Amino acid sequence: MRPLLFKNFTATSCIGKGVAATLESLLEQRSGLRNCEFETVDIETHIGEVAGVDDARLPDHLYKYECRNNRLAELALQEDGFFEAVQQAAERWGRRRVGVFLGTSTAGILQTELAYRERDPVSGALPPSFEYGSTHNSFSVADYLRRRCRLEGPAVAVSCACASSAKVFGSARRMIEAGLIDAALVGGVDSLCLTTLYGFHSLQLTSPTPCRPFDVARDGISIGEAAAFALLERVPAGLDGGDVLLLGIGESSDAYHMSAPHPEGLGARRAMQAALAAAALEPGDIDYINLHGTGTPSNDRSESQAVTSVFGPTTPCSSTKGATGHTLGAAGALEAVISALAVKNGLMPGGVHTSKIDPTLTAHYIRDNRRAPVARVLSNSFGFGGSNCSLILGRAG
Amino acid sequence: MTLSAYVSGLGVLGPGLSNWPEAAAVLSGQRAYRPAAAVLPMPAILAAAERRRIGRVVKLALAIALEATSQAGEDPAELASVFSSSGGDGHNCHELCQALSLAGREISPTRFANSVHNAAAGYWSIGTGAMAESNVLCAFDASFTAGLLEALTQVVVDQVPVLLVAYDSEYPQPLHAKRPIPDTFGVAMVLTPQRRVPSLARVDAALSDLECDRFADPDLEALRCAFPAARALPLLRLLAAQTGGTAILEYLDVSRLEVRIEPCA
Repeated sequence: MRPLLFKNFTATSCIGKGVAATLESLLEQRSGLRNCEFETVDIETHIGEVAGVDDARLPDHLYKYECRNNRLAELALQEDGFFEAVQQAAERWGRRRVGVFLGTSTAGILQTELAYRERDPVSGALPPSFEYGSTHNSFSVADYLRRRCRLEGPAVAVSCACASSAKVFGSARRMIEAGLIDAALVGGVDSLCLTTLYGFHSLQLTSPTPCRPFDVARDGISIGEAAAFALLERVPAGLDGGDVLLLGIGESSDAYHMSAPHPEGLGARRAMQAALAAAALEPGDIDYINLHGTGTPSNDRSESQAVTSVFGPTTPCSSTKGATGHTLGAAGALEAVISALAVKNGLMPGGVHTSKIDPTLTAHYIRDNRRAPVARVLSNSFGFGGSNCSLILGRAG
Repeated sequence: MTLSAYVSGLGVLGPGLSNWPEAAAVLSGQRAYRPAAAVLPMPAILAAAERRRIGRVVKLALAIALEATSQAGEDPAELASVFSSSGGDGHNCHELCQALSLAGREISPTRFANSVHNAAAGYWSIGTGAMAESNVLCAFDASFTAGLLEALTQVVVDQVPVLLVAYDSEYPQPLHAKRPIPDTFGVAMVLTPQRRVPSLARVDAALSDLECDRFADPDLEALRCAFPAARALPLLRLLAAQTGGTAILEYLDVSRLEVRIEPCA
């Protein structure tokens, strides 16, 4: 594939609003996971909650989009001059030449969960104030952002569970390469809700403690929330050597099980190999791997096998989910931003909360931060339904 | 910017339409449209354990995907796919929201796994063994055209055949009152970069500012409006007529998609 410019980006998660705060947390190996006190949830687990989400104000004319997920999107949009960068891109390329590609798994479903508690006692009807299309529907966050940023290019939500906001890069790449658009607002937004907290709990996949990816005693995920965006653009003639490029994308399906990964990580391996092939790189060209690394026994076992089968046992890798929690449909974009920070700052972030690495996992998991030049990073995202996506980001110069 | 591909297989299932030949007969005026509840077959490609778990929306998606791939003579296991739906499994969603509104909040792990928007794509991959890339989209009422654009760009840029599956199913009450999709409707097509023996037509697509096409027949126009996936009907009418021509498909508030059809006579 032709590389794409990944110059303007931002992320808001429990480890920080914007990239400066995010980088500081990574440098200090700080986790944002706290005991769950979200809404009325009564589960013994830890979560990565973003402070102040419900204080975010949507513009008056977009009042129908009011829900936690769009408030989180609005909060993140205001960091790092990202909104302004999108406006500049729209002026440079034309509003019809900028597309919107957003990943989410549950969008604003919290709004529906709350509305179900307020059903009319006689008719069973939902309250009149409940808006389905601009909150619950998966498209709502993409639609909110295209209206908020006044973009008129193609727009779509990608909803492939926890691979959603990695796969948006594939959709945007194809549309830019086909010549339909010149730039794309790409990202992921997923916010806390009862469906995912009680849902993962019902599958016995949530840990009572902060999640410990690759730990010998790992016992599940910690659910987080995040919004992360990038502006993908055609590579300009005069490229700055310090800029970050999206070099490769690889996608695959497991063809195995709805809620369990392939035991030998065949789908994951195929996605990583496809990303390397798209970038015309060899495994040895990758300096650091940001793992999917959820902290469930099965994911980490399967992913470690897949990583080792492609890269061998020496490429440093870690999961940043011990810090951020698993932000589900936002994880791909959040970890793409973390990968870009790794490249720009020469940082391989060590995995936090992991105290004893599982000796049966052969991938080279790092617990301490490493400061060294990072030219290229591979980032993995896998989801329910056996949906896999690997991204490769690297330094332009 | 025009995107070109060949339509090499079709599948249709909806109220009063049980497959593409039936839909083609209605859309080409050979027989009148008689609305009737959609009949969903149990997908033979799934094992018994999976069959017990799936809902109507998955049955719909798998039925049309199988019709389109068999017509195209494509091995599903090798095909890249794009699934596009406005809402996933509405009944499953209702059951989860209902359970979460009650004390105890006991929810079924199977229901939670099936609640992902990509459930139909997941079961398709499991049932056919397809390990190729599969994307799953939503664009509310624009879901069909968004899916068609995604599939066409993939055919053009990556030069691979792509299976597009666009499908929608109903919510029960009380969500039905907020999103009144009345039944199930879906359309699947295999799009190929080159002309093949089964190819029906060449399609050239481009974004447009023109008004979208509608049907004079009130029942067909009601069908087009009732389901996001049925926004494909003006394109299907052209494919059924086998005479060639142009259709304007509904898309976003700011744009439509113009599709020109040239039959492979």
